[in-house]
Amino acid sequence: MAIDPKLAEDLKPHGIHVTTFESLINWGRSSSLWPMQFGLACCAIEMIAATMAKYDMARFGAEVFRPSPRQADLMLVAGTVTKKMAPLVVRLYNQMAEPKYVIAMGACAISGGPFKPGYNVLKGIDRYIPVDIVIPGCPPRPEALLDGLLALRKKIAGEKLIGKQRARHADAKGTAEFPVPEYGPHDLHPTANREIWNPDPVVHEEGADE
Amino acid sequence: MNPDVDAILAHLRETLPDATVELRKNPGPSEQHSLLVAGADLVGVCRVLHDELHFDYLSNVTGIDWPDPAVAGKVVPPEAESEPSEKGFLEVVYHLFSHPDRVGPLVLRVRTGDRDQKVEVPSVVSVWRSAEFQEREIFDLFGVRFTDHPDLRRILMWDEFVDHPMRKDYVAPDDFEYEPTPHAAVLERAKKHYPSQPDE
Amino acid sequence: MIPDPTSLSAPTLETGADDDQLLRVSLGPQHPSTHGVFRMNVVLDGETVIRLKPVFGYLHRNHEKIAEGGPYLHSMPYTDRLDYICPLTNNWAYALAVEKLAGIEVPERAEYMRVILGELTRLINHTAFMGFILGDMGAWGSALMYAFREREKILDLFEDLTGARMMANFMRFGGCRYDLPEGWAGQVSKIVDEYGPFLDEMETFLVGNEVLLARSQDVGQLPAEKLINGGVTGPMLRAAGVSYDIRNVDTYGIYGRFDFRIPLGEKGDVYDRIMIRFLEMRESLKILRQALDGLPEGDFIHPKAKLRNFKPPVGEAYGRIEGPKGELGFYLASDGSTDPYRFRVRAPSFVNLTLLEDMCLGLDLADVVIILGSIDIVLGEVDR
Repeated sequence: MAIDPKLAEDLKPHGIHVTTFESLINWGRSSSLWPMQFGLACCAIEMIAATMAKYDMARFGAEVFRPSPRQADLMLVAGTVTKKMAPLVVRLYNQMAEPKYVIAMGACAISGGPFKPGYNVLKGIDRYIPVDIVIPGCPPRPEALLDGLLALRKKIAGEKLIGKQRARHADAKGTAEFPVPEYGPHDLHPTANREIWNPDPVVHEEGADE
Repeated sequence: MNPDVDAILAHLRETLPDATVELRKNPGPSEQHSLLVAGADLVGVCRVLHDELHFDYLSNVTGIDWPDPAVAGKVVPPEAESEPSEKGFLEVVYHLFSHPDRVGPLVLRVRTGDRDQKVEVPSVVSVWRSAEFQEREIFDLFGVRFTDHPDLRRILMWDEFVDHPMRKDYVAPDDFEYEPTPHAAVLERAKKHYPSQPDE
Repeated sequence: MIPDPTSLSAPTLETGADDDQLLRVSLGPQHPSTHGVFRMNVVLDGETVIRLKPVFGYLHRNHEKIAEGGPYLHSMPYTDRLDYICPLTNNWAYALAVEKLAGIEVPERAEYMRVILGELTRLINHTAFMGFILGDMGAWGSALMYAFREREKILDLFEDLTGARMMANFMRFGGCRYDLPEGWAGQVSKIVDEYGPFLDEMETFLVGNEVLLARSQDVGQLPAEKLINGGVTGPMLRAAGVSYDIRNVDTYGIYGRFDFRIPLGEKGDVYDRIMIRFLEMRESLKILRQALDGLPEGDFIHPKAKLRNFKPPVGEAYGRIEGPKGELGFYLASDGSTDPYRFRVRAPSFVNLTLLEDMCLGLDLADVVIILGSIDIVLGEVDR
């Protein structure tokens, strides 16, 4: 199935480019990511800055921000996700067509960040939707966002479209929809989607590291 | 420039002899003294302040929760030694400024009877529109019920929410179950979530 | 308590249309022109807005509750994230409130530094505002490109000074965190010299622009008395001809020493609100020049200022500054411990939205977007 890399190299000077459908499709997908125009908080300003002249995200084919989830294939969760906002974020994600990717930009989207003690702050958007790339920072610099974008491109380029390891969107049994949490009297219900979010217990005893 | 609270109090006593208004000296260096008004007289006092004393701009309305009345007596001390109240209460604080006289803030405060049942305070939206959303916020976060408010609903939290999170005794939902580097109080919480550690 | 849905959709403005002819639109919280996660429930008769109720809280991240659970200084970085376009004025307002609460003096040099940083922040905010409001009017992207080009230059200065582009965390109770690095003031004066021509260029694009005039003139004005009663402050209020600038009214810090005018509009429509910000930027440049010329040597923080284990005396204080968006105030109550007993942010964006419905009634849905843009809100501050 695989092409002899040496043969491919030898054919190149003759104007013949040999590749697989998989890498061709992945190349196309990774090179024209359309992010959803959707800013939550401070990180959104850095996201805008990244698309402006100085950092120019258009160099990586990701400058076409679409206000509609139907037209977007990359969700940049840029900012603090509050519990009041979380159901809407999940709904927006559900409305996006496959293949779709999520970048959690900034400490708040990853874990709640500095606002983690807040009663209305969701401690990480990965509790409800699968996150592909996380970009730490508060807020991450535009360069960090570009780096995250390149990391996502690399991830897409390596995706398998067939076989057991295939990506979720290439799997007929894979789901594109994730349950939307509901507002409860004290908290969201459920507090996390346990099908995708089941972190290992991490409890450090104080002084246990020595 | 802080307003002349004594002159304002004298004017209020003259025009509204029946109203209960007390001067509360600020113990700190900011010299922003306040007037403690009884809830029933609030709208009348506000009308006089707005119409006669030119306080046409209500900048800030906020709530304070005093579960322990002794703390309230320390931060906002009464003029004379008075019988300390038993129950805690909620308080609404107003900061008024005057556009024509360029003075402010004049601090008004109103107290509720307790923290559960007698939580009514009259709304001042009829005097100053700027109180509309701020009073809704106090209703949402502190649970003060503003009577005659045109649209008293929760504003920051969702409608189904039942707690008042800015109260001192509010307990936030325990959603810290995943914490990569727990320590101190968070470690205690994390241990509660993972009671047995088979590998350790 | 769940509100009665019928009362929520009943029109505020009666047009006589039957209920089944009305259209109910939920604008936001994900919408390109709501400047973040703001939401409006709008009832339309055709294109005409007959009811508009804002829905808040989608970015309510509990700043006040978190602040009450930690020492005073712990709240300083959180204030950066209130109005995340202009962190330094937020720092200043909080520092000012704590200084009032504890009676702390600020040295001369620190006051000058604060003025320089505050006015640079005002430039950033108003420039970004130009980009956003023109985006709302349909010039998506291009105006914002110009605005962000200039903004980046000032952010580079902030980065040199504080180490962060946006989240400065720079002011301290009784002064500033660091002294100015060498050559920094020179870079500022270079920016000040270059900013005038940029404003000229931007203004030339806009002043007589037919589309801008058609979209913004006579849109969203309200009588001045109503604005004052609704607690509106900042450029919004001055555009309606009310001379109320806290830099002038309170002369906090050292603003009494500078020679600057307070630009006033006539009608208070969206056009005036845009133009008033141009004039304010020019006044900011004037203040910046004077501050750079007068910048004295000396301490950048009061030598006795206490950063650790800081306990202000028992009492309360309300401190306010003229933020780029209006009156930014902090109300603090201290019970003598290291943590504030009550910490309240009086956010201009939040209070300025009180009269949003009044401004929009009877206008088209497309006007709502530019009226909202002209109020200049930042959601971090609206919901806190």
